[in-house]
Amino acid sequence: MKSNVMRKRMPVATLLDPKIAIPAIGQAFIKLNPMTLVSNPVIFVLEIVSLLTTVLLVRDLMSGSPDLGFSFQIVIWLWFTVLFANFAEAVAEGRGKAQADTLRQTRSETRAKRIVMPDNYEVYEGVVAEDLEQGDLVVIEAGDIVPGDGEVIQGVASVNEAAITGESAPVIREAGGDRSAVTGGTTVISDRIVVRITSSQGSSFLDRMIALVEGAERQKTPNEIALNILLAGLTIIFVFATVTIPSYAAYAGGSISVIVLVALFVTLIPTTIGALLSAIGIAGMDRLVRFNVLAMSGRAVEAAGDVDTLLIDKTGTVTFGDRRATEIIPVPGVSEKEAVEAAVLASNADETPEGRSIIVLAHDKYGVARKVAAKDATFIEFSATTRLSGVDIGGRKLRKGAVDAVVKFAGEQAGRNVPEPPAFRAAVDRIARSGGTPLGIVENDRLLGVIHLKDVVKPDIKARFAAMRRMGIKTVMITGDNPVTAAAIASEAGVDDFIAEATPEDKLRYIRAEQSKGHLVAMCGDGTNDAPALAQADVGVCMQSGTQAAREAGNMIDLDSNPTKLIEVVEIGKQLLMTRGSLTTFSIANDVAKYFAIIPAMFVVIYPQLQTLNIMQLQSAQSAILSAIIFNALIIIALIPLALKGVAYRPVGAAALLRRNLVIYGLGGIIIPFVGIKLIDLAVNALHLV
Amino acid sequence: MTLIGWFQIALYCAIIVALTPLLGGYMTRVFNGERTFLSPVLRPVEVVLYGVGGVDEKREQSWVGYTIAMLLFHVGGFLIIYFLMRYQAALPLNPAEMSAVAEDLSFNTAVSFITNTNWQNYGGESTLSYLVQMVGLTHQNFLSAATGIVLAVALIRGFARASVNTVGNFWVDVTRCTLYVLLPICIVYTLFLVWQGMPQTLGAYVEAATLEGGKQTIAVGPVASQIAIKMLGTNGGGFFNANAAHPFENPTALSNYVQMLSIFVLGAALTNVFGRMVGDQRQGWAILAIMGVLFIAGVVICYWAEARGNDAFTALGLTGGNMEGKEVRFGIVASALFAVITTAASCGAVNAMHDSFTALGGMIPLINIQLGEVIIGGVGAGMYGMLLFVIIAIFVAGLMVGRTPEYVGKKIEAKEVKMAMLAILILPLMILGWTAVAVVYPPAVASMANPGPHGFTEVLYAYTSQTGNNGSAFGGLTGNIFFYNVTGAVAMLVGRFWMIIPAMAIAGSLAAKKTVPPSGGTFPTTGGLFVGLVVGVILIVGGLTFFPALALGPIVEHLAMIAGTTF
Repeated sequence: MKSNVMRKRMPVATLLDPKIAIPAIGQAFIKLNPMTLVSNPVIFVLEIVSLLTTVLLVRDLMSGSPDLGFSFQIVIWLWFTVLFANFAEAVAEGRGKAQADTLRQTRSETRAKRIVMPDNYEVYEGVVAEDLEQGDLVVIEAGDIVPGDGEVIQGVASVNEAAITGESAPVIREAGGDRSAVTGGTTVISDRIVVRITSSQGSSFLDRMIALVEGAERQKTPNEIALNILLAGLTIIFVFATVTIPSYAAYAGGSISVIVLVALFVTLIPTTIGALLSAIGIAGMDRLVRFNVLAMSGRAVEAAGDVDTLLIDKTGTVTFGDRRATEIIPVPGVSEKEAVEAAVLASNADETPEGRSIIVLAHDKYGVARKVAAKDATFIEFSATTRLSGVDIGGRKLRKGAVDAVVKFAGEQAGRNVPEPPAFRAAVDRIARSGGTPLGIVENDRLLGVIHLKDVVKPDIKARFAAMRRMGIKTVMITGDNPVTAAAIASEAGVDDFIAEATPEDKLRYIRAEQSKGHLVAMCGDGTNDAPALAQADVGVCMQSGTQAAREAGNMIDLDSNPTKLIEVVEIGKQLLMTRGSLTTFSIANDVAKYFAIIPAMFVVIYPQLQTLNIMQLQSAQSAILSAIIFNALIIIALIPLALKGVAYRPVGAAALLRRNLVIYGLGGIIIPFVGIKLIDLAVNALHLV
Repeated sequence: MTLIGWFQIALYCAIIVALTPLLGGYMTRVFNGERTFLSPVLRPVEVVLYGVGGVDEKREQSWVGYTIAMLLFHVGGFLIIYFLMRYQAALPLNPAEMSAVAEDLSFNTAVSFITNTNWQNYGGESTLSYLVQMVGLTHQNFLSAATGIVLAVALIRGFARASVNTVGNFWVDVTRCTLYVLLPICIVYTLFLVWQGMPQTLGAYVEAATLEGGKQTIAVGPVASQIAIKMLGTNGGGFFNANAAHPFENPTALSNYVQMLSIFVLGAALTNVFGRMVGDQRQGWAILAIMGVLFIAGVVICYWAEARGNDAFTALGLTGGNMEGKEVRFGIVASALFAVITTAASCGAVNAMHDSFTALGGMIPLINIQLGEVIIGGVGAGMYGMLLFVIIAIFVAGLMVGRTPEYVGKKIEAKEVKMAMLAILILPLMILGWTAVAVVYPPAVASMANPGPHGFTEVLYAYTSQTGNNGSAFGGLTGNIFFYNVTGAVAMLVGRFWMIIPAMAIAGSLAAKKTVPPSGGTFPTTGGLFVGLVVGVILIVGGLTFFPALALGPIVEHLAMIAGTTF
């Protein structure tokens, strides 16, 4: 039974949240350490030139240069730029840290009952959970915290996994089968189990989770590496563009101060995206965590964005998972009311989901309320031999069940063969053809009608799949149903393809075939037999309720065990890539305005004619340069919320998405700095900063 | 600006667009090794050549093998030219009795011709023997052009193929390109030029008595055959010093128009080859559209600036366009159009003096080259240069659709981005770097013909032209000094090979990748949005790189001209 109750989402990190912002300010200074900063080439270069200008400023202080106030402000803003970049990363990391601290506490305080003799499960000793080793056997009783990841080898227990999943409804864990895995940090709330510890110290699920939410294990993803190369390349281009300027100026009979040159260089290199790049990556992982999905690597999140084939389980994702009654068809000569009432009476004591759905249908569609059971009613439970259930009220024997079984029942009651009315057979055939399950209703020897049970497709799922198709993603439904039923559900849900009577080998084969055609495949699974397919898929999401083997094979774990989430995982992956691309575009487009601010200011002494290029009408050369530098620093702060939240993703086609983002971040990136620099220039002059 | 002027420009574009799919289809067959209508004649020749060279035409090379073969081929070409020039006095076919060419000039010239630059620090008719012109230069005009084309084809194969390690066989490609594409067109083309009045002779220079009773030596030679490949192969190295402004190198308005067409025709056709090889001709048209947008913008600005004339003259009551340094035979539109074509396409032939263009008019040729010679570009070189920019553009913007960027089914990843950036880096390094050195090095400054921003532009143009393997000269600068000969040669070598090797690395990496089938989530690369995006990226990358230098050269000169100051 899949839980529909989702864990309460943690709020989006905001800059205003002092619990995150204040430590982040401290972190921003700690991150100035060049040894750690070197992994971010743009900001590392920025720190170096900031240091250089600081040294020059100190030299000028000694010698008493005229423009000290201006130089001082430039240097200050250069350092702010570095700090803002560090701050962005620290804020992104901040949220995960708080969560990790709670988890860590759980781990350090847990004690375990280790079995001393492997053949005697009754004798155990108390040890600290951290001392447990792989292969140790432990006893866990009601009220104990599970001391480490393991496999139940004896007993059944209900376990509260809220510490990991946030879901407080307990789950059953038992020896053997697909529900044998227990996770360290969760609590056993009833019974007693013996568990073999499967994870060694430091590599348990809890440990990995701590590392993941903290971002400690964060490695650069392939796209991030490529983007870093691009940014480093651009930085080198701008090195050439700026270091050659003094020579040109000397030819023209002028000179350019180093501080101005540095100002030009810093505004040109892609500091904005350089500053936000790692924050975007961390925030992407964090969005997944907030969504209760743990990605084992950033690579998996990125791959999710690239996925173009989704393998989804029918049960739970496409359909509600239980067959439900959708229709009650009386045979001619029987009123609808009579057939429905008979169905209700026969289902009154039937507590299976199917039975309950008949009561619900009768009420909702036919206006027949549940009958209070008559005193002389005897309920007949479903049995595998009769394949019928129902009720005896006095002489009335009401039954519902498999069609051949009710026909046989009617024959037994009549003592002869009861012919099926043609309409009865027609209804049965129609239901079977549509992929549904027909149930017959019989009263004594009278066939009253047919109940149509079907796998009900979730109401919003068709629209979701249509959206996926617009995104260029093919959806493939996996089901154990026969091809007829599968085809009916597939067409109703609007999936692109289906695998009927699917075995684990079928899934694996399908994934391999898709991959060989160049597709990237995502799937979710939980059982041990899903493990090969999960490992083969580019993105394998394993349910938290799944087996240890499946959890090892997947590269994401869904803590809610809700297979529908595969779709959101893909969206989050796309959003991550989009945010990076958009902010890179924005950052590069910004340079146009910065050139128009700084170039005229820089050369106006040599060639006064170049004043014409000062299209923003900035008031003086110094205020133009200072304004550009200030804009360059402040834009980082301004964009942190966007970097953390991510660019809005809409499931429209790539062309529409691109057009929208190009207009906002490309065109916007060209226009915004013109306005911004102009406004800062007005402020700089109003405050007499230069 | 006149209606007939605009008509000439529009007709030019229409003819190029019409020829693109025809030639593209033919070239695709050639490089796929299929039969063509020339096969009955040429196939036997081809087979003999492979036999002599010991080439197994079925054996393909990896990108490394292909590149090494190409480099070896160039070392050979370099040595031939260099020694022919050094020893031309002792060699036959030297009726004008030219003496040996100096070491630095020989070095510069040899590099210039093997790199398809054809930068000329010499006047052909006063420096080189017929032997050097024909055996050294014309033959490299063919081979450097063929090399450019086959490298582009190798990169295209990288995009078109999937999960293989090879990109073709360099020797086979060069042979087929020369034999099936360049030679047949050049033979017809040469005859056309001879008909138009171009000399084609091994005879000595002609002595003529002038009206004043003086004596004039009129230089002639095997001109037409060299001009055909000079234009078709976007070489641009003139037989005469005055290049296509010389009446023997460009006798009529018709020859001028056909020469302009021949500069673009192969480069444009390669876009179609790309489209056909990747299985969607629209992909090729999109690339041509990118080039077309940039080209037409350049033509419009240049034509406008030249037709507008010089404000200083207007102030004196002299109206009309800027005719200084232009042939009256061609006029403003044919000169402006030629200037934009020759610089867009890395040809470098000139029919007017770019130095004498207005500041803005002269800036367009400069920018055309600085953008990386990707607007049609040098035959082949323009195509692979453009694909490098496409990779960068696709990478940045492709992320914006929420997927790992891909182009014609190939994922663009770290390796491709690294190589593309490496290639693009050479533009600022060579152009801005050498200019910065030259403008503060006194002997180099002394070579400038003009002071101030105009002199600066001359130097900037020289390094731009050589790095971009264009070869056109702005004029004004005396290039034949040791400093310019050597630094220019370095710029040409780096500009050529530092672009080629990363491009080939990309070819190898792409060929080995799987092809991702397109879906609704795929970045569409055939529409106007894609065209606009790549145009934007080219302009922004180029603009950001060169804006400071341009501001101190043509831009300040233009602003000064408006204010009445000239340099």
